[in-house]
Amino acid sequence: MLEHDLIQRTLGAALRTGGDLAEIFVEDKASSNALFDDGKVENLASGRDRGAGIRVIQGDTTGFAHTADLSEQGLAAAAEAAAAAARDGGGGVREVALTPVDAPRPNQIGVLPEDVAKARKVELLRRADDAARSTGSAISQVTARYGDSRRRILVANSDGLLAEDDQVRTFFAVMAVASGDTGMQTGYQTLGRTVGFELFDAYDVEDLAREAAQRALTKLAARPAPSGTMPVVIGPGGGGVLFHEACGHGLEADLVGKGASVFANRIGERVADPRITLVDDGTMAEEWGCFAIDDEGSVAQRNVLIEDGILTDYMWDLLRSRKEGRPRSGNGRRQSYKHLPMVRMTNTYVLAGPDEPDDIVAGTPNGVYVAHLGGGQVNTATGDFVFGMTEAYLIEDGRITEPIREGNLIGNGPDVLASIDAVGHDFAMGSPGTCGKDGQGVPVGDGIPTMRVPALTVGGTA
Amino acid sequence: MAGTGAANPELLDVAARIAEMARPGEQVEAYVARGTNNTVKAYGGEVESLTQATSAGIGVRVIVDHREGFAYAGTLDEGVVLDALAEARDNATFAEPDECNGLAVPDGVEAAELDLWPAGLASVPTADKVALALELERATTSRDARVQGVRVAMYSDALGESAVATSTGIRAWGRAGTSYLAVQALAVQDGETQIAGGLSVGREIDDLSVDEAADDAVLRATRLLGSTKPQTQHVTLVLEPRMSATILSIVGGMLNGELVLKGRSPFRDRVGEAIASPLLTFVDDPTDVRSLGADVYDGEGLACRRNQLVVDGVLQGFLHNTYTGRRAGSASTGSAQRGVASTPGVGAGALAVAPGTGAHEELLAAVDHGLFVTSMAGLHSGVNPVSGDFSVGVEGLMVRGGALAEPVREATIASTLQRLLLDISAVGADLEWLPDGSGGVTLVIPDVALSGA
Repeated sequence: MLEHDLIQRTLGAALRTGGDLAEIFVEDKASSNALFDDGKVENLASGRDRGAGIRVIQGDTTGFAHTADLSEQGLAAAAEAAAAAARDGGGGVREVALTPVDAPRPNQIGVLPEDVAKARKVELLRRADDAARSTGSAISQVTARYGDSRRRILVANSDGLLAEDDQVRTFFAVMAVASGDTGMQTGYQTLGRTVGFELFDAYDVEDLAREAAQRALTKLAARPAPSGTMPVVIGPGGGGVLFHEACGHGLEADLVGKGASVFANRIGERVADPRITLVDDGTMAEEWGCFAIDDEGSVAQRNVLIEDGILTDYMWDLLRSRKEGRPRSGNGRRQSYKHLPMVRMTNTYVLAGPDEPDDIVAGTPNGVYVAHLGGGQVNTATGDFVFGMTEAYLIEDGRITEPIREGNLIGNGPDVLASIDAVGHDFAMGSPGTCGKDGQGVPVGDGIPTMRVPALTVGGTA
Repeated sequence: MAGTGAANPELLDVAARIAEMARPGEQVEAYVARGTNNTVKAYGGEVESLTQATSAGIGVRVIVDHREGFAYAGTLDEGVVLDALAEARDNATFAEPDECNGLAVPDGVEAAELDLWPAGLASVPTADKVALALELERATTSRDARVQGVRVAMYSDALGESAVATSTGIRAWGRAGTSYLAVQALAVQDGETQIAGGLSVGREIDDLSVDEAADDAVLRATRLLGSTKPQTQHVTLVLEPRMSATILSIVGGMLNGELVLKGRSPFRDRVGEAIASPLLTFVDDPTDVRSLGADVYDGEGLACRRNQLVVDGVLQGFLHNTYTGRRAGSASTGSAQRGVASTPGVGAGALAVAPGTGAHEELLAAVDHGLFVTSMAGLHSGVNPVSGDFSVGVEGLMVRGGALAEPVREATIASTLQRLLLDISAVGADLEWLPDGSGGVTLVIPDVALSGA
């Protein structure tokens, strides 16, 4: 993406006035989106973003600048701006010898987005619209979106690291509106993988559209959700966001290091039932949060965070691992070249447990069964977290009965983790997500088997 | 896009040059934006990071035979910009025709004279910004023994200009700037940690107050110490201005002409009807300079204007851009919202509630059994603007006999947005402008489900 000589000169310029480490992150991202709404192909959009972010680290201080100008002059100006924070006169000429990192790709890309005719992308949308509308006469509106991106990155730093990656992601989403006597309800379903257009050989957009439409139709008959604290059974796949919020963020080393996490100083302690093993895995082939290298050039890793209920490790980026004198874990990520990296999750999931899923429901006299979760949010300092249920049912006498309306559930991460009392053997990954932290969004995946939390607060009205 | 006067709008020339490349039978729009951003984060008495950056980009829309295509580029390099135009043209051939598609044309509404440009900000030395961030951390950690740390203390500013030019005669240019201080304070007591944020926002750096941001964060973090989960019950909600503004911003989004026309707004057939308590009036007025969302032109280059949405509880109409206005048989309300990377949507820029009577304290004193809400979580996951279902996590203080009582956490409030609007029983006089450009007041809403233990 850039000549090695130019990278070396830019890193040298960044350290001319001092600094412990200089890094350049180059990104070239092409994306395309097509939107089908209100019965027609409304819009096709293409985008191109290319630029470099340069940072200089000195002690606990980071200077950062970015530029869309990848010429020698543009990079030199950004290097100088980044160095402004690290001026102590301790600089000089620094030779940087770059050694390429050999990072295996999680999976090969079959069909690059740029090799696919736009007409084929549009055709998928039409098929999804047809399928959603034919699911039921109450379906009154359908939106379908296709998106793809190819993000090529290069990371080099003054320690000699040189790493590159070529990340291709393909996405499809359907939102259906159903209208009835009780008003309107929505159903949403998404599909996203770190693959090319071959995604649609493995998955049928009609199935996706029917799932979205059925979800909206089901909720037309939904009762108000209950309120109060009760047992909640979460179905396979749909509920991975629970762990993302309940403890994932609290295991990010930047928050831990600042005392802003309830999981600080708890390594080696029992934090969950022995049936719980939690993994964050950037190598998980094709999943939404996978890559060959993170955005600081670290090779993707599979990291066990909680093993048989014992907290084993946090997630790390370059800054935090340097400070602690330990290896990085492949969790340094950023939204784009315009952002500083920080500790982020990749694909976060709980391994399958010993219990029979049907028995978990049958063993729950009364409560709520959540088949599909929306997003969530956590306060890492208290551990309190919410997540939305977008498809949920009452459990009455050990059976799943009537659908209930949308709402949030609220719980406390450490309490919930410690109290989970059933883990099914039916592991599944969930929908592709975008995790937001300090204003930056990155693609993440999650997954869980069926599990039961004996006491969660359901945010309904009934 | 905002602010008139001064400087050479070179950016408008960049946009106009692209618009003038329209071929016969083709409409071309170029939206160009350029800006600088400075952010200083302080932590542990040191500068944690210092970011200085400039960015620019262009979005090109082409409409031919009523088909629309779009492309953008994160640079103003001539070659890449011409590629974007070619790509937008190609994209248009794959969209389906819609006779309402078409770019804005000048509508005769005069642009307001607004001064949104902080002329002094550009010449403030970086060292002063660094000093402010460091001072903010110091101030926050020196007010209360229970607050000895922050997650981050931050100074940030952004200066930006943008231009729109179309082959249909639109030529609009403006610039604006804002700055803010933000801090997240950590309050610790008996092994419990609470985190809360404080803010001070303005245009010039002199508008900012370290004390305001520090006091705000310290009060919010410390008053939640010792909070417990409340019993499940029905309560009278007392929403402080920033909470009510957040909820009304969601309601404003439901009055978006695009959602109305596409059958996704529960208010679509309700113009002229009471959709809220007669105490409630709210307006979107980007020409109100008190709002940080103030703008001279909208995202399609039409003059921003005052739009009344709800007056005395009665729905007056919807917000429109050029496309939705045409399709509704009316016209744009100057409410096109966009960035470089997207086509113009519809939205409010400066949505605010008309202040009622009564100070915040008076409203609170009249509540016998309630919950004063100070933070909400899960707005994206628990509020559905199509159905109106509303369920969010809350923290706050119980209200007993007209006075603030014990702090609570790990609870939710739930209703529907339709019901919340109708049930408002008091509107405060305490208008507060928020960083997102909206303006909120204290609202009181009786008999709302609080879910806890």
